[in-house]
Amino acid sequence: MIFHPLGKYILLLKAVFRRPEKWNIYRREIFHEMNSIGVGSLGIIAIISVFLGAVTTVQTAFQLVSDLIPKSVIGSIVRDSSILELSPTISAIVLAGKVGSSVASQIGTMRVTEQIDALEIMGINSPGYLILPKIIGGIVTIPMLVIISIGLSIFGGYLAGTASGAVTAQDFITGITTDFNPFTFTVSMVKAVIFAFIITSVSAYQGFYTDGGALEVGQSSTKAVVISCIAILFADYVIAQLLL
Amino acid sequence: MIEVKNIHKTFGENHVLKGISADFKEGMCNLIIGGSGSGKTTLLKCMVGLHEPEEGSVIYDGRDFTRMNFETRIEIRTEIGMLFQGSALFDSMNVEENIMFPLNMFTDQHRKEKLERVNFCLERVNLAGKNKLFPAELSGGMKKRVGIARAIAMNPKYLFVDEPNSGLDPKTSIVIDDLIQELTEEYKTTTIVVTHDMNSVMGIGENIIFLHQGEKWWEGSNKEISDTDNEELNEFVFASKFMRALQKNKK
Ligand SMILES: Nc1ncnc2c1ncn2[C@@H]1O[C@H](COP(=O)(O)OP(=O)(O)OP(=O)(O)O)[C@@H](O)[C@H]1O
Ligand SMILES: [Mg+2]
Repeated sequence: MIFHPLGKYILLLKAVFRRPEKWNIYRREIFHEMNSIGVGSLGIIAIISVFLGAVTTVQTAFQLVSDLIPKSVIGSIVRDSSILELSPTISAIVLAGKVGSSVASQIGTMRVTEQIDALEIMGINSPGYLILPKIIGGIVTIPMLVIISIGLSIFGGYLAGTASGAVTAQDFITGITTDFNPFTFTVSMVKAVIFAFIITSVSAYQGFYTDGGALEVGQSSTKAVVISCIAILFADYVIAQLLL
Repeated sequence: MIEVKNIHKTFGENHVLKGISADFKEGMCNLIIGGSGSGKTTLLKCMVGLHEPEEGSVIYDGRDFTRMNFETRIEIRTEIGMLFQGSALFDSMNVEENIMFPLNMFTDQHRKEKLERVNFCLERVNLAGKNKLFPAELSGGMKKRVGIARAIAMNPKYLFVDEPNSGLDPKTSIVIDDLIQELTEEYKTTTIVVTHDMNSVMGIGENIIFLHQGEKWWEGSNKEISDTDNEELNEFVFASKFMRALQKNKK
């Protein structure tokens, strides 16, 4: 049951990575996608990141009841959980909703209004032209969004910690600057790239194989979000197992 | 010339094309006519490879399209221009970009040259100066005409048009028919027009194929079409009172 769509998905990807007809047209599309995926998602990523850090700080402080543990640990925990899990994964889930649904409905609309057929007739490799710029645009910009998210999450933690008095500014900064393991950042970026690929390719697949009319476009876009989210969490687990 | 040989196409249980064979000649308007749902669009899509027929072959000037792979098909596809029944303009591009798109993709012309070509095509469909409008800002008939302009942008050797006249007023409709015929004669294109408009049939129907329930029911020219004793065809041709009166007069 799962193998038929999986095979179709792999065949579609094969078509996506065919040699482009004209690089300069693809380049223009890639910049366009980078703008719409990256710049277009900055606002929402900024807002959720600050809150993620803030909540993590407050809850970590609540769980640290023992006086034997230095308060600076809060800073370290916020830093590591932001880098390793919160920023890449939660951002990816949010982006699956925002970017995934728009990719699926955009491509799905082109399918049901025969715009994809029109591309095919001209002799254009439609999966390549429509999907490759989105995948590249996502893979380039989503890791940047995750880096911004990490920064803002730690900043949010700092704000919440000092404002609530759970941890002093001094302790928090000591926490985030001690025992930093750069490998966690590598893992975070690996996650971001893979999640970006999942969001763009899965949603494009759902849109590309939309069959019917406007109603089906809506269904494709819902399916794109649901399947992307599941795939992201599954991949999250696999990456954690393999790399940590 | 395009030869179609014994094309069969089924959608699930629905046997839409039941062994269609026909020759479409170059420098001539070849019409496919028939009632709604008779399989006209499906036949067109089988010919250009948007549907894969279960059986049969489509041969473009000796080149067997149905047996080709993606790469070799591209060569023929760059020689094809097609107007879709629903126009299929790219929503994200304005009129000018729509028509310029195939030129951008497949030629190395300078922008000025391409723009000249776009304006030339727009003039021919009576839409000069509408370059910057987006598809959402066009009427149905205007979309059709932009679709035709896009289809002829690359000077196609094979021109497919699915219902060029639906949604057009009678006057524009004749302009479009004349345009299609002119282009066909001028560039010796093999033109295939799907229509159920009797005015077009009488106007440009040099070679007509009548489809009925997925079969080729009749074949001939506009000079012969009113004199057949084919019952289904007569029902189609003389559906309007006007045409019936015409027939009575003739007798
Ligand atoms: N993609 C498809 N999937 C399933 N059935 C289809 C599909 N396309 C067409 N059909 C069926 O094939 C038959 C012929 O459709 P087609 O679009 O070729 O008709 P048509 O002659 O172009 O009609 P019209 O003049 O209304 O455009 C119809 O019964 C239709 O239901
Ligand atoms: Mg049709």
